Amino acid sequence: MILFLMAAIQAGTPLLLATLGEIITERTGNLNLGVEGMMLIGAVFGFLVGHSTEMPFLAIAAGAASGAVAAGIYAFVTVTLRANQVVTGLALTIFGTGVSGFIGKYLMGFVLSEGFIDQFEPIAIPLLSKIPLIGPVLFNQNYFVYLAYLLAIASWFYIERTRFGLNLRMVGENPAAADASGINVSLYKYVHIMIGGALCGLGGAYLSLVYVPAWQENLTAGRGWIAIALVIFSQWNTLYALFGSYLFGMLGILGFRLQQFNIPYAQYIFSAMPYVITITVLIITSMQKGKGSNEPEGLSVPYFREDRH
Amino acid sequence: MKRIFSVLLVMILVFGAIGCAPKATETSTTEETEATEAVTEAATEAAPLTVGFIYVGPIGDGGWTFAHDQGRLYLEQELGVKTLYKESVPEDAEVKTVVKGMIDQGASVIFGTSFGYMEFMDQLAKEFPDVKFLHCSGYMSSENMNNYFGKIEEPRYLSGIVAGMKSQNGKLGYVAAFPIPEVIRGINAFTLGAQSVNPAVEVEVVWTSTWYDPALEKEAAKALIANGADVIAQHQDTAGPQQAAEEAGVFAIGYNSPSKEKAPNAYLTAPIWNWGPYYVDQVKKVQEGTWSSVNYWGGMADGIVALDALSEIAPTEAQAKVDEVSAKILSGEFAPFQGPIYDQTGALKVNEGEVLADADQLSMMWFVKGVKGTIE
Repeated sequence: MILFLMAAIQAGTPLLLATLGEIITERTGNLNLGVEGMMLIGAVFGFLVGHSTEMPFLAIAAGAASGAVAAGIYAFVTVTLRANQVVTGLALTIFGTGVSGFIGKYLMGFVLSEGFIDQFEPIAIPLLSKIPLIGPVLFNQNYFVYLAYLLAIASWFYIERTRFGLNLRMVGENPAAADASGINVSLYKYVHIMIGGALCGLGGAYLSLVYVPAWQENLTAGRGWIAIALVIFSQWNTLYALFGSYLFGMLGILGFRLQQFNIPYAQYIFSAMPYVITITVLIITSMQKGKGSNEPEGLSVPYFREDRH
Repeated sequence: MKRIFSVLLVMILVFGAIGCAPKATETSTTEETEATEAVTEAATEAAPLTVGFIYVGPIGDGGWTFAHDQGRLYLEQELGVKTLYKESVPEDAEVKTVVKGMIDQGASVIFGTSFGYMEFMDQLAKEFPDVKFLHCSGYMSSENMNNYFGKIEEPRYLSGIVAGMKSQNGKLGYVAAFPIPEVIRGINAFTLGAQSVNPAVEVEVVWTSTWYDPALEKEAAKALIANGADVIAQHQDTAGPQQAAEEAGVFAIGYNSPSKEKAPNAYLTAPIWNWGPYYVDQVKKVQEGTWSSVNYWGGMADGIVALDALSEIAPTEAQAKVDEVSAKILSGEFAPFQGPIYDQTGALKVNEGEVLADADQLSMMWFVKGVKGTIE
């Protein structure tokens, strides 16, 4: 049971990182459907640097930086050129798949050295890891997982409790009002879209450096799309995302365990679960008419300074 | 806003479902052939020929599609023909678009390397009677379309011998893709092979419903290892299960192509594909004008399937046993589905001294005794 829950946390971590990235992106009012592409780019560059330098820190940084650069392209096209965000995001996914496949051709069949992999061994946190059940599950993990916890909490604090976060939310809700109050709308969008991309890249790098760990083409296998569903599930709140990602991570691997108890259809049902749950949440929240939803008012609407609303 | 989200959700569902196959990789041609062309006499004599390949996954999968692409490269090298290929072609009407594009570029022979291409290739075969269509793993054929496949269960049986000898506790795990006869034959052959050296052996099966998801398939293997399996076999196109074995300190049997470098401390061996000789044979026949639509189901004796060399961590006594059985398979003296074979309920399915008929093998939807798992 404890092993299963630990595995669920590990399976949920790439989802969590990508979801955090997409929440931060969407809170600026930009819908970026390129999550899958950014994750793949982060995965391939993370692995490339990890393999050639054998330095985990550099590899992680490369994963994040390459995700940010990819998001930068998206930001330029949607914020500066004001192109359609849905189309641009989809294009970024296709672009990311292609670029990662191209670079990945040279990384096929390589494995990371044992010394490298050992650095991602689980580290038990003193005291906390002694709590029954929760301790070993949550606090006996590799430091990538801890990084994801911290990022989820920090981004919640940033968005909900700081002046920058307030400005960010205003940009997402009503960019014209934000502009009128002296906030640099484009700058806010650029910075946060790129931070979002960096987090998606981290999610990909986690897959290629820690979770699998190897490069194989199309390594993410649709996790970017689950992350986009998770944004809606968690109602644009990074703390809910923390819970949702681990739930979805668990659903993904629950099928195998149930098969072992002779419950055969489980795998199909649990593969469909994330989408079913997301649609259910969407139905419930739209019935409540916006109460408590953090969905940014200006989501996916390009901001034209001269436009009247 | 709600409308955007409904559109978005539909897109998430669609893209999630198809696993977001890369579509951007363009069809590329290889020019290097010109150098070899002069050397190969057969090519200079015959009319210049263009051969098209459509692949279901990326060449970089290191598995199924990679093995086919090795066959394509071998074909180029041996016959000096021009080849075209397209990766990650979904199993839908896009097949027709891609193939028509290849025919436009002069292709007169098309190899389709996935089961789901069958119907579309059949339609195309009617539309283009002068083009030869060769389809892998299906059952349809016509005047200018054949189907071809290999008896991978033969090397799988041998890999079962290695796994059965390596296992300390007699518990083997098998990460399987989909409950279809092709996969079930493999599981059964593997189990029978393992039982031939250790009658008490048990093979636990989990289904992933994916051909290609490294992380998920690794998780499936972890679940099997947690349940006690100490050798993991797979019918998947990624090395995920082998990496799970590597991490847990147990052992693994690969699939498709040799993959020792991906799990050096776990890899024992793998049943592998070798498409090259068949591709050369068929294209040569087309060049000579002697090609006719003959369905092909080759085995180890034809060289289309083989067992990879055993790694140094494989049990030392396994080599002799594998050599012995492999010689019998090559001489036709033995086949994996040779009776007596019992199914999971203990009922006798194949009588002693008989071999299960090809048709029954191709439609096999039952597990042999000793397999722990259910066919959905």
